[in-house]
Amino acid sequence: MSLTTNERTIILAMWDKIATESEEIGRETLDRLLTVFPQAKTYFPHFDMNSRSAQLRAHGAKVMSAIGDAAKNIDNVSGALARLSEMHAYILRVDPVNFKLLSHCLLVTLATHFPADFTAEAHEAWDKFMSLVSSVLTEKYR
Amino acid sequence: VHLTAEEKALVTGLWGKVKVEEFGGEALGRLLVVYPWTQRFFDSFGDLSSADAVMGNPKVKAHGAKVLQSMGDGIKNLDNLKGTFSKLSELHCDKLHVDPENFRLLGNVLVCVLARHFGKDFTPAAQAAFQKVVAGVANALAAKYH
Repeated sequence: MSLTTNERTIILAMWDKIATESEEIGRETLDRLLTVFPQAKTYFPHFDMNSRSAQLRAHGAKVMSAIGDAAKNIDNVSGALARLSEMHAYILRVDPVNFKLLSHCLLVTLATHFPADFTAEAHEAWDKFMSLVSSVLTEKYR
Repeated sequence: VHLTAEEKALVTGLWGKVKVEEFGGEALGRLLVVYPWTQRFFDSFGDLSSADAVMGNPKVKAHGAKVLQSMGDGIKNLDNLKGTFSKLSELHCDKLHVDPENFRLLGNVLVCVLARHFGKDFTPAAQAAFQKVVAGVANALAAKYH
């Protein structure tokens, strides 16, 4: 799967907007994931409900930073996420179904923050991009 | 589908503000743009050659409105989704030959449309409630498949 020129342009344009509030976008994405799909909480047993918001913000920032790396290296997402790919395969071992859930929650978050920019074309580009990121992160699973 | 009283309130509250025709057309259009293979069911709809063509296509808008109208019927009958969608389930299996996976795709696209229109009001709790609804509707529509 590879992104068209148009899709890359759209993704980078949206990334510029995301970058100005990426921690909040990351926090909200994870909040949605854990609220809407509570089974995802099984990967965060160390999260303490009282300081949930601070933990979500910290972890959300990490997730968005990786997504940003992928966006800025869109011609070589495999290379950009190689270390994370190994981490997910050998240490984290998050079941692949969860990548779809997280991707969906990111799209929902983008839709709430950037209603005008989240056009049908942008929706398609980001859904495809996140699908690519997900497949890179699971490519070493077996 | 089992929603708490709070979740039901969230769903009916937001649904009251939904512009069924507009949101329906947008949801169906986005389905066809984001997942282009879904266009397989709509050969008779005319020009679907670009995102703009799809989103502006009058048949897409009309059909999207119908679909969302139906979803609205579901929301009025959350305790009996299987009954409400029984005939439509048979239709989608026997006549339309639609893979139920498409109902799940459309449900998630609809959630994105609601998020886009309601912004901050589409809180994680509201999303959770709506995801239960769209999953329930998708299951109900698949219930009569054989």
